[in-house]
Amino acid sequence: MAPVSTERDLRLDLFRGIALWLIFLDHIPSNAVSWITIRNYGFSDATEIFVFISGYTAAFVYGRAMDQHGFVVSSARVLKRAWQIYVAHVFLFAIYLAEIAYVAHSFDNPLYTEEMGVLDFLKNPDSTILQALLLKFKPVNMDVLPLYIVLLAWFPPILWLLRRAPSTALIASAAFYSLTWWFDWNIPAWPKGVWLFNPFAWQMLFVFGAWCALGGAQRLSRWINSPIVITLAVFYLAFAFFIALSWYVPRLAPYVPKIVGDVIYPIDKTNLDVLRILHFLSLAVITVWFVPRDWPLLRSRAAWPAVVCGQHSLETFCLGVFLSFAGHFMFTEVSNRLPMQVVVSLAGIAIMVGTAALISWYRRVERRGPGPRPPAATPRYAGGA
Amino acid sequence: MRKRLALLLAWPLLAGPAMADEPAECQVAQHQIEPAFTLPHVAAAIAAKKLPILVVGAGSSVLPGSNGANAAYPARLQSALQERLPGVAITVTSDVKSKRTAAEMAKTLAADLAQTKPVLLIWQTGTFDAMQGVDQDQFTQALDQGINAARSAGADVILINAQYSPRTESMIALSTYADIMRQVALQHELPLFDRFEIMKLWADLGTFDLTSAPNKLDIAVRIHNCIGWLLADLMDEAVKEGGAQSAVGKPGAGN
Repeated sequence: MAPVSTERDLRLDLFRGIALWLIFLDHIPSNAVSWITIRNYGFSDATEIFVFISGYTAAFVYGRAMDQHGFVVSSARVLKRAWQIYVAHVFLFAIYLAEIAYVAHSFDNPLYTEEMGVLDFLKNPDSTILQALLLKFKPVNMDVLPLYIVLLAWFPPILWLLRRAPSTALIASAAFYSLTWWFDWNIPAWPKGVWLFNPFAWQMLFVFGAWCALGGAQRLSRWINSPIVITLAVFYLAFAFFIALSWYVPRLAPYVPKIVGDVIYPIDKTNLDVLRILHFLSLAVITVWFVPRDWPLLRSRAAWPAVVCGQHSLETFCLGVFLSFAGHFMFTEVSNRLPMQVVVSLAGIAIMVGTAALISWYRRVERRGPGPRPPAATPRYAGGA
Repeated sequence: MRKRLALLLAWPLLAGPAMADEPAECQVAQHQIEPAFTLPHVAAAIAAKKLPILVVGAGSSVLPGSNGANAAYPARLQSALQERLPGVAITVTSDVKSKRTAAEMAKTLAADLAQTKPVLLIWQTGTFDAMQGVDQDQFTQALDQGINAARSAGADVILINAQYSPRTESMIALSTYADIMRQVALQHELPLFDRFEIMKLWADLGTFDLTSAPNKLDIAVRIHNCIGWLLADLMDEAVKEGGAQSAVGKPGAGN
């Protein structure tokens, strides 16, 4: 059996917390503060970090549960988690409906007759709500949770295989990814198109994260720390940075040779482009190099706000989606000047941290239990994956 | 922020040419007009004094009301061009119908091209695709298809992306599709009229209020007028030996 380290790696919580903040900032439309997020400096963005770490922690937490309680019980826990995420998604959809209904009611501008057509689905709520429950209707910025639901729903057999034959599982996942690209597999969406995050492609990053958690990271450590790999990673990040710069400074665009452009574009987010994976891996290599597992700052006060958000990722993620709606509402109703954008961004992160801290506190109280009985021996899983 | 960067890099162009009648509020966005690519067919057509233009678009290429077509940017472009090019016979034909995806427009394009024989196709699209969540690959393919059809019919192409619509920003992923159009324009080496960024600049600077203004046709008319003027500016720059391309050739010329 693969060796599973027993101590939680706080780096995962830290970077997942930061990824959640970045996703929140990116989800507020026209937010100048989102200029700081990594999607502007290369090919990958916070989604990769979130999916990879979610795979890692899912394997870590449910792998341990599989040791203690066996396949059936731990699978039931994984599915329960998927169900919780589904409920969270439906809850967010209700908020989305409320916002869209408000705009439909209050905004009427001749310039935007075409755009207002987006509200037409309010006229036939039967099919809209049904399609939303089937995860086929895809409101803007609500694509991560459906992906997460599918990834978790598949996870029990994958975890089982990962623990018996990790290399086989990883190769199978990569093969599935390749077949997805070859045959253009995806889940159809409604009314048109496909899922924005193709689960058949994105599963590879999730499985890779899980593989790393189950001993893969140790096997890779010789590679990760080799100067050649680090140098390659630095060069790749620099290349991606230059390309990203050319998106924002049109004058640089002609400097990108046509052949390079023809090769790299389009950088496919839906199907998790190889360029994005490489970019994420380069970032990960550099990060691991700079931030060792026992980095003292991980336990410091400075890191705590991100760590606590990362430890309660589902709640923080959902809250972030809600807050990005609220933030956008503030922009259109109150002001969209720069100071307001900074205030909304900082206030949103503060609310996310505060809520995560509250959940953390409540969990501790709950676990202590009401009476003198010793705490139940269930492993802590709810905040994990 | 992107605009602030662009502003910094492009400030010498701010003092660029503007016609006497072009409203000052339009000129606020003039530095956004720096075509990296030329319009050879248009240049030749101007020399030959005959400039037929075809505008293909969806709902945001027209305004409601009895005077809607006249106040919308295709008609405004025609009069702006007429003022610049007095001796040239300019005709602007529009094929504008709301709720059409790029693929739907590309399908009818061949017939339009055969009928009007334009030297320039101005193609506004991307809004309905974003609303429907059309597959991004299919959107790209539809653009490729339309551009190739226009080029093989002997026409230059200018793409116009979606309007910036702050109220519906959290409901329609317009910017994703606007970005795709930017990339497609680069790949095909044709000018893009970045309506999204231009309108966003107006909104950011407070030139036009795009969030409130319930049912005020006045602002919509002024915006379409500006788009007409700026499109004429874009064509002008693109015809003049490739506009910004000469500046691009010299590193640092923009600073």
